[in-house]
Amino acid sequence: MSSKGLSNSIRKWVFVLIVPVLLLVILGSIGGSDHKLNLQSAHVNLDDKESLQRGAKYFVNYCMGCHSLKFNRYNRVAKDIGLTADNGFSDDDVVNLLRENLIFTRDEEGKPVKVGSLMENAYPPKAAKMAFGASVPDLSLVGRSRGPDWIYTYLKGFYLDDSRPMGVNNTVFKDVGMPHVLGNLQGWQVKEEAHGKDGEHGAPVLKLAKPGKLNAAEYDRVVHDLTNFLTYASEPAQLSRKTIGIFVLLFVILFFLVALALEKEYWKDIH
Amino acid sequence: MATGTQATGLLGWIDERFPLIETWKAHMSEYYAPKNFNAWYYFGVLAMLVLVIQIVSGIFLTMHYKPDAQLAFASVEYIMRDVPGGWFIRYLHSTGASAFFIVVYFHMFRGLMYGSYKGKRELVWLIGMVIYLALMAEAFMGYLLPWGQMSFWGAQVIINLFNTIPVIGNDLSLWIRGDFVISDPTLNRLFAFHVAAVPLILVALVFVHIVALHKVGSNNPDGIEIKALKNEKGIPLDGVPFHPYYTVHDIPAIAAFFFVFFGIIFFMPEVGGYFLEHANFEPANPLKTPEHIAPVWYFTPFYTILRSVTLSPFAGTVAMFGAIIMLFLLPWIDRNPIKSWRYRNTAHMFNIAIFAVVFIVLGYLGVKPVTDELKELGVRMTEIYFLFFAVLYAHSNSSKPGRYLIWFIVLAGIVFLIDFYRYNPEAVESAKQIKWQWIWPIGYLSVTLLLPFIVRPCNAEKPVPERVTS
Repeated sequence: MSSKGLSNSIRKWVFVLIVPVLLLVILGSIGGSDHKLNLQSAHVNLDDKESLQRGAKYFVNYCMGCHSLKFNRYNRVAKDIGLTADNGFSDDDVVNLLRENLIFTRDEEGKPVKVGSLMENAYPPKAAKMAFGASVPDLSLVGRSRGPDWIYTYLKGFYLDDSRPMGVNNTVFKDVGMPHVLGNLQGWQVKEEAHGKDGEHGAPVLKLAKPGKLNAAEYDRVVHDLTNFLTYASEPAQLSRKTIGIFVLLFVILFFLVALALEKEYWKDIH
Repeated sequence: MATGTQATGLLGWIDERFPLIETWKAHMSEYYAPKNFNAWYYFGVLAMLVLVIQIVSGIFLTMHYKPDAQLAFASVEYIMRDVPGGWFIRYLHSTGASAFFIVVYFHMFRGLMYGSYKGKRELVWLIGMVIYLALMAEAFMGYLLPWGQMSFWGAQVIINLFNTIPVIGNDLSLWIRGDFVISDPTLNRLFAFHVAAVPLILVALVFVHIVALHKVGSNNPDGIEIKALKNEKGIPLDGVPFHPYYTVHDIPAIAAFFFVFFGIIFFMPEVGGYFLEHANFEPANPLKTPEHIAPVWYFTPFYTILRSVTLSPFAGTVAMFGAIIMLFLLPWIDRNPIKSWRYRNTAHMFNIAIFAVVFIVLGYLGVKPVTDELKELGVRMTEIYFLFFAVLYAHSNSSKPGRYLIWFIVLAGIVFLIDFYRYNPEAVESAKQIKWQWIWPIGYLSVTLLLPFIVRPCNAEKPVPERVTS
């Protein structure tokens, strides 16, 4: 009797106590040797439509010369970043705005690219590879493969390095083939190896050696806008996904309560 | 059976030509299930639910997906962006894949706790294990289809397992791939298997799984055969008709499942890179090996076992498949007549609990890059994984606890023999790890074998009651 009581009371604790504690003991015994990249937080805010609009503009002006955004369409981007009828933009307004600000390329027949086209660019991949030694990646999904924090840190992480063909290197993407396209805005940084206490390597510190057109806060905003835009571009559905989700979950809760009441009704005479 | 009242009308017309009412009664309204099912018994119906979700969402994905190495990746992004509601269908399918394994792992663990493979239920268990194998094949093939970096390199790792088989290995993997490297023909054939062959097999097996279960009758948390005690009408005293009692009982559970399921789909479809891996958002590139190839989480326990056995590549493959084969053999390894762990000894309870922990740790290690420390932990957890089955066999008969001591000495001896063979003082770091991590398997054997030998109350089995407890 007593041993039965003991065993039963232990069994009740198996999944709330024994399994979690054992997991903690075993996993706690191993040292945390994860050397993750030291990334800065991008603080992405997809509700900030003005930021998305600026980001789209910067992307087309500074990035799209080489990088395509081949899974996104111009008019879908326009709609998603706030150029909608609700905000007072007619279809013609949107076409005109796109032509003035985002669409600079022509199709094979020499006509301006249509507003419903994919955001491919005009730089042939082979030529790009010859110019930079590496193929230039499409950036439609960089917000998901690398993540917003990586993009943010990467765009702020260029520093002068004479050993590299483009004269710059990057803190989060070692020996990157890309030049510092935003160098005129940010200025040019140099890397100083910070020597921490006890001879350990501290995180390298980047110092601005030659200022650019923008001050640090302004440049941060540009990078933030670009990161915001690329995060949006990696999954346009995320703009509506969470809103729909709230209604779905509310319905599921309601359904659960009704179903539970039904179950209780049926089971009340089973003992 | 038939009480003379014949159905009329359309139902009667059908029933004269098809055993509709008879089938309905046999499997639903007059199938008596134990009335003491607990929450662990939801996972069977949830597995069926997820199967339906996968089939339906899969059909819609197939309408837009292109099984072509040049087009596959872009067609998935087309679904995500240009197909109305396409992102929802795709997340249903990608989340469903992981959900399938979660509910199936719980379902299998339930069987382990309550001895659901005992009492003429060996076939139910074996069919279930074949379903699990088919599910793993289905998941692996489906994972290649988006043609991302992890699709490609994950498939590379798995198909290369066949390379390790002596003599025929290279020809076999060539035959599987249909090319010297993973390429368009590989994608096409895995697509065919994923959307047609394996789903057909899965559905058929699930049907057979249930037919076999209904022949024997469901087990329950007390491990009591409810058919042993029937009333004058031949109805089990502890049974309730599956319909309506368990149908209405399962609906709130389905709602609770949907809460989590849709929570993931709408708020965190990548689940931090575990359900959808970050690297899979880059198109497959045969010339660029990713820094770190991790399979999707549901394969990682077995992946760790593969990586832990370094005797030879083939030995690793054998160990990995052996880990699955051991599960097939459970009904013949665990020979204790008591089904439920409620009435088994305390050591058995610890054995089951530790097995759950070890499986989770193996899974965790499978997503991590290998270091000397983690590698050794992987080896130790692999040892416990296999020792579990030996201990389970030892616990089959609790009447002679002296045998536990012999089992302890033999099994601990094997562990140390393997250590002796692996120990190489020149590999300083790994030698250091071997020298302290032996405590895991030996500690495990101490709790499960020495403890019931020394502290006899921990070896006491309890009488199984005649009637189910609530």
